[in-house]
Amino acid sequence: MDPAAASPLLELRDVRMHFPVRAGLFLRARRTLKAVDGVSLTLQPGETLGLVGESGCGKSTLGKCIVRLHQPTAGQILFEGTDLAALGPRALKPHRRHLQMVFQDPVESLNARHTVGEIIGEPLEIHALGDRAARRRQVLALLDQVGLPAGAADRYPFEFSGGQRQRIGIARALALNPRLLVCDEPVSALDVSIQSQVLNLFLDLQRELKLSYLFIAHNLAVVKHVSDRVAIMYLGRIVEVAPADDIYRAPKHPYTRALLSAIPRPDPKGRRERIVLQGDVPSPIDPPSGCAFHPRCPFATDRCKVEAPKLRPTPDNPAHTVSCHYDLPA
Amino acid sequence: MSGSLPFFRLDPLTRRKLQRFRSIRRGYVSFLLLAVASLLSLAAELLVNSRALIVRYEGQWYFPTYGAIHTGREFGLDYDYEVKYRDLRARFAADPSGRNWVLLPPVPFDPLENCYPGETFRPRPPDWQRRHFLGTDQINRDILSRLVYGFRNALIFAAAFILLTYAIGITIGCMMGYFGGWFDLLVQRLIEIWSNIPFLFVVIIIASIVPAGIGVNLGVLLFIVVLFSWTGMTYYMRSATYREKARDYVHAAQVLGAGTSRIIFRHILPNVLSTIVTFIPFTIASSISALTALDFLGFGLPPPTPSWGELLRQGTSNLQSPWIVASAFSALVIVLVLVTFVGEAIREAFDPKKFTTYQ
Repeated sequence: MDPAAASPLLELRDVRMHFPVRAGLFLRARRTLKAVDGVSLTLQPGETLGLVGESGCGKSTLGKCIVRLHQPTAGQILFEGTDLAALGPRALKPHRRHLQMVFQDPVESLNARHTVGEIIGEPLEIHALGDRAARRRQVLALLDQVGLPAGAADRYPFEFSGGQRQRIGIARALALNPRLLVCDEPVSALDVSIQSQVLNLFLDLQRELKLSYLFIAHNLAVVKHVSDRVAIMYLGRIVEVAPADDIYRAPKHPYTRALLSAIPRPDPKGRRERIVLQGDVPSPIDPPSGCAFHPRCPFATDRCKVEAPKLRPTPDNPAHTVSCHYDLPA
Repeated sequence: MSGSLPFFRLDPLTRRKLQRFRSIRRGYVSFLLLAVASLLSLAAELLVNSRALIVRYEGQWYFPTYGAIHTGREFGLDYDYEVKYRDLRARFAADPSGRNWVLLPPVPFDPLENCYPGETFRPRPPDWQRRHFLGTDQINRDILSRLVYGFRNALIFAAAFILLTYAIGITIGCMMGYFGGWFDLLVQRLIEIWSNIPFLFVVIIIASIVPAGIGVNLGVLLFIVVLFSWTGMTYYMRSATYREKARDYVHAAQVLGAGTSRIIFRHILPNVLSTIVTFIPFTIASSISALTALDFLGFGLPPPTPSWGELLRQGTSNLQSPWIVASAFSALVIVLVLVTFVGEAIREAFDPKKFTTYQ
């Protein structure tokens, strides 16, 4: 899939999200926490872009910036050509119909005092779509689409299991017929057996409704199952983007290689060299100079300490971009 | 969507809490007792009144309780001011034909009248023959009657107090929590300054400068008390709003495009209200105490308004007539204890630890 071919559904240009760290008597912001530090990505219509990284790398914050739960400090978020970052709340409202979010925690993301029907019907009410009867019909149709019984509409979330609650959350996100769903670790809080059911639901819905997903996760096996392309994130920056197969088969960035080597493989004979990274992930308040990964990179040179690399295509595969000064051998 | 009347459709969480409340015997029974007492006090005119309930005179029916004043002449007496129904009853009873009769309430005295006209003003002990079940006070008014009407005044005051302070406190507290930033800081400082103003001194000052024409009536008193008490609710509401605002279901509503008022009234408030309900009984108790204290000091409702504080004051200056202070004291203790039992039961039934899960 050539990213330059069609015009992208979502384009992020150098998005930054910096949080001031306030301390001292007057709570002055002396330092900043750079949660997202210059992210540029594209997402084509109909594709699933997986966004992977450790806890604290900024992927959830990036997801929240895209749906405007945070106002990005800098950069542009172009959705079908319109810069969402520049819009005020009132101008943003009609655009919200096209971009929705599925949250990580199925228990917390549903209001325990509303019935399932009220939860799913709320977006329709907010955007004044149809009268009461039409909304009711739409809610029942959505319940059917995510595989829940029609009787669920009059029950309360606590009567459902985690996987079912996540389906309710998905139904709510689909109510406005969005084109893009930002899925913030949607299966991390579920049992492994339920995870596969919900993931398959995501895939079915994508096929039926021609959706695009930004699938944020930290579980590489899960991401491989659903993604067309995968982006790896480290300390607020994207370090590698490639089609899913390429990432897993031939990772180019040292961080990606370390991540992949850590996936447990249920094969007693297969023995792969486990790359163990030295040290801990640095704090985003004081990111290292130059390449953010250089303190832990086994191949770091002086150039890496000074100069931050940019995402560039690899020589043998233009669809595979990596943020490294060097091209590592396979 | 489902259920057109949101008030009458209680979600299962609330229903479970109400069931738990009913299962706590002590609180539930106290609640029933208080509810009955409150309802009876609303109908006080039918139970404790110097006006008759029914009068049958010369083939006509009269129901003077809530109606216009009847003069003595209408019933064959020779004066033009309001008829004294107790005397009328005695007159009709003396009539052998028995075609006229008067039905008086069980306690045939009202809180303002002098029960022994023409005699000295002194407290008289309880006299069940004459239906002075708790005796009379130092200016010959029936004590039970003053207790009942005083209770009603206290309840009205408490209800209005709660309505006003909660409405103001919840709104402002919620705004502080939701908007945060400079608004929050500014209002917090204002509240701090305001709540440090000594309440009693201000009441005394205002009581002395209010022009005699208006006087310190229930409305003015309510205004002053609310003015200094609205800040109480803001503390809890502010922190509760901050907490709820950070939860995922509010984020989900924001991503859907919900506006501020929808988020506050449909999402945040319903989740916070159950804990606010647990505060109500204690606010009732404190407002009754506050009114009683003000009346005791003389800065509350103007005489001759019946009130428990005024009765307490009389009682403490007439300790040789213990029935006065005993009545007021017992009534106060009983009501406050019952209210406290109800409050404890509500708090246990609505216990957030049992009904909220935090991940």
